[in-house]
Amino acid sequence: MNAVVQAKAESRHLLSGNEAVARAAWEAGVRVAAAYPGTPATEILENLALYRDIHSEWSVNEKVAVEVAIGASLAGSRALAAMKHVGMNVASDAFMTQSLAGVVGGLVIVVADDVGLSSSQNEQDSRYWGRFGHMPILEPADSQEAYEMVKRAFDLSEEYETPVIVRMTTRVCHVKAMVIVEGDRIEHRAAGFQKNPQRWVMTPANAKPRLPLMHERDRKFRELSETIDLNVVLPGGDRRIGFVTSGPAFMHVRETFPNAPVLKLGLSCPPPLEKIRAFASQVDTLLVVEETEPLLETEIRAAGLEARGKDILPRFGELAPTVLRPAIKPLLDEPYEAPKTRPQAGVFPRPPTMCASCPHLGPYFALSHIRNLNIIGDIGCYTLGAGHPWNALDTCTCMGASLSMAHGMDKGRGESDEKKHIVAVIGDSTFLHMGMQGLLNMIYNRGNVTVLLLDNRSVGMTGGQENPGTGQDLHGLPAPRVDFAKLVEALGVRPERIRMVDPYELPTMVKLVREETRMEEPSVIITNRPCSLTDRFERFQPYEVLDDKCTGCGNCIDLGCPAIFVSRRDTVTAKSGKAKELVFARIDANTCTGCHMCVETCAPEAIAQVQPQTRAIRIHAHA
Amino acid sequence: MLDGITNILVVGIGGQGVMTAAEMLARAALNQGCDVKKTEVAGMAQRGGVVSSHVRFGPKVYSPQIDTGEADLLIGFEAAEALRWLPYLRPTGVAMVNTLRIAPPVVSVGLYDYPTDPIGELAAAGIEVHAFDAGAVAEELGNLKLVNTIMLGAISDYLPFPAEVLKDCIVEGFRAYKPKLADINARAFDVGRSAGHAQAVSRQTAM
Repeated sequence: MNAVVQAKAESRHLLSGNEAVARAAWEAGVRVAAAYPGTPATEILENLALYRDIHSEWSVNEKVAVEVAIGASLAGSRALAAMKHVGMNVASDAFMTQSLAGVVGGLVIVVADDVGLSSSQNEQDSRYWGRFGHMPILEPADSQEAYEMVKRAFDLSEEYETPVIVRMTTRVCHVKAMVIVEGDRIEHRAAGFQKNPQRWVMTPANAKPRLPLMHERDRKFRELSETIDLNVVLPGGDRRIGFVTSGPAFMHVRETFPNAPVLKLGLSCPPPLEKIRAFASQVDTLLVVEETEPLLETEIRAAGLEARGKDILPRFGELAPTVLRPAIKPLLDEPYEAPKTRPQAGVFPRPPTMCASCPHLGPYFALSHIRNLNIIGDIGCYTLGAGHPWNALDTCTCMGASLSMAHGMDKGRGESDEKKHIVAVIGDSTFLHMGMQGLLNMIYNRGNVTVLLLDNRSVGMTGGQENPGTGQDLHGLPAPRVDFAKLVEALGVRPERIRMVDPYELPTMVKLVREETRMEEPSVIITNRPCSLTDRFERFQPYEVLDDKCTGCGNCIDLGCPAIFVSRRDTVTAKSGKAKELVFARIDANTCTGCHMCVETCAPEAIAQVQPQTRAIRIHAHA
Repeated sequence: MLDGITNILVVGIGGQGVMTAAEMLARAALNQGCDVKKTEVAGMAQRGGVVSSHVRFGPKVYSPQIDTGEADLLIGFEAAEALRWLPYLRPTGVAMVNTLRIAPPVVSVGLYDYPTDPIGELAAAGIEVHAFDAGAVAEELGNLKLVNTIMLGAISDYLPFPAEVLKDCIVEGFRAYKPKLADINARAFDVGRSAGHAQAVSRQTAM
């Protein structure tokens, strides 16, 4: 059992922001929770899943998750949808209209912005959605606040009949901090769906009368923002700068300038402009510290107040003390002294790699050995195929984009692409999230793309979560499993062009990609090995390199498996007289899982299974 | 309750247990009645990337992040990683380093070099360095997974609260969830604790 579930009333716990959200939602009586996995928000649903008295699910994408939550809300249940920032883009079609219609049971959307861009394709500020969709935003600064604000969000949502956004960032989601857990779950019964077409059927005739009501709600929230205890002035003796700040930036401000007055905004959208005006009158300079875009700053300026902000602070990345100190000290006419750090030691980079026996290694080995390809990628572990040693991925934009972008690249071929084959690479979960439509579109519009559907039965990059292709649900319980071959056939791919392949069978893998890219019609190659980090993966006896047989050809190194490393290099003179570099390999038996892919790259048969009786536990010091 | 803020930086490679070690330190501090924050950048880290976990505790902690030059303790689960994060350590700080060397593919294929003597470079920077082969110690105890507890044992006498607080936290955790491993982890902690000391002596004689 997990600490979040076990937490007793009135007890202190070390919880991540995500764990705190889950605990608070459960206490608040949430009955339905839905999400698609995405860093840094994934653990919210993983923790909610531990409570068996609520329905929690991995939805196939964020739009679906929000719609599930909306349906539950209309039935009168408290509901939560969680997602990373880019998931909000996907979900926006649903909440932009539901904000107009309103909600019944408390509806909370928890969005996690990847400020600092540690695990995403962009860094966007989700606080825009509150302005765009007329929804209030609560911004917790740490786990304790996340816990408290999620509960408040449910109450506000029901009181004002609006979806409420709780905006987290990586530095709240993944920071573990002390939380005092208040109490037990308060049940909220669902009255059931009350039919009311004028309210819930958003035709133009029904939607129009909702517009003034939505604006009236905005006005009420502006009033509330002035008085609510979440927007609070923390006094300080040094009034040269008064800070207006929200989210984890508040913590960094307090850490760096402990004596300065701070107006901390918990309900940051709509901002309390009169409160800010009063605060501004008590300080020399008003400085807005917000991650990441100048939203509050622009609104404060529009209200006629003078404020500093992004003229001295960066518009991207975290506003950590290391960033705040050098940026703000000049404003105080104080010299900034850089910490007396030693020069950065020149240590090599350690970029993320694919894992030992990763089923994506085979397809990328194939792609890196075939010329004349434009390889259009997608979001997942296979995005790492753009890196060393494969260099076999040419684009990555957003979930599901590979198929549609590949189709567009096929139709919009330029001169240099005329003889190129177009390949799309997408994983099982991304395909089910938003890729299917792209394939359907390509078939319907007579495109010609070779699709590599890398089915590892998991959402790999976020930690091996379940999806409809796994055969299990969020709770690990058996669930119906989608049949990818039947699915793509139903979308219109000819059965002859649907090729199932074991990605560990390298010769077959290479041959299939070669064959299918030469076809004048769409084809789908589906791999069938599970992610090697999940329980679904089976380990075998590891392999080792027989030193006396290794000829130094280096073929196995090209696989990119992290269990294989270079043991020694040599340069010899070939018969032609040219110098030839030899690379001798070794396999780390503790990392190898016995997938045998590398065996197929080895002509001299220098790779053999380790004999169980001779296998010693050892640590490889292989630098 | 402690007077000031203590900053501990735990570093290594995805999969080595850096985050678990940091969690143990944070829990021990919480048990001491401190306010605690622990943070790391996770996400892609399990794919062999760099992992650094910040642990801060004291009467009241605001920012979860340790500034450069502000760490009191640096715990390195791998030699080059300890060197990478050296600029975070105070001039008066202590580094406890596992001498394990793990070269990533970019090094093994020859694009970059692994530092010849990372421990020597740390020592040359003038900080207090303790380094030992935690893997070898774990191997003697019969379980490689004990490296984590050994490293925590090694750092335990450099904390602002008694080593037993951290030890109890670790052992109780095992007793609750994996009782069979409780005794061996208690032993690993003690062995690590001695190892952390022994190296202080040997470094002084070496210098």
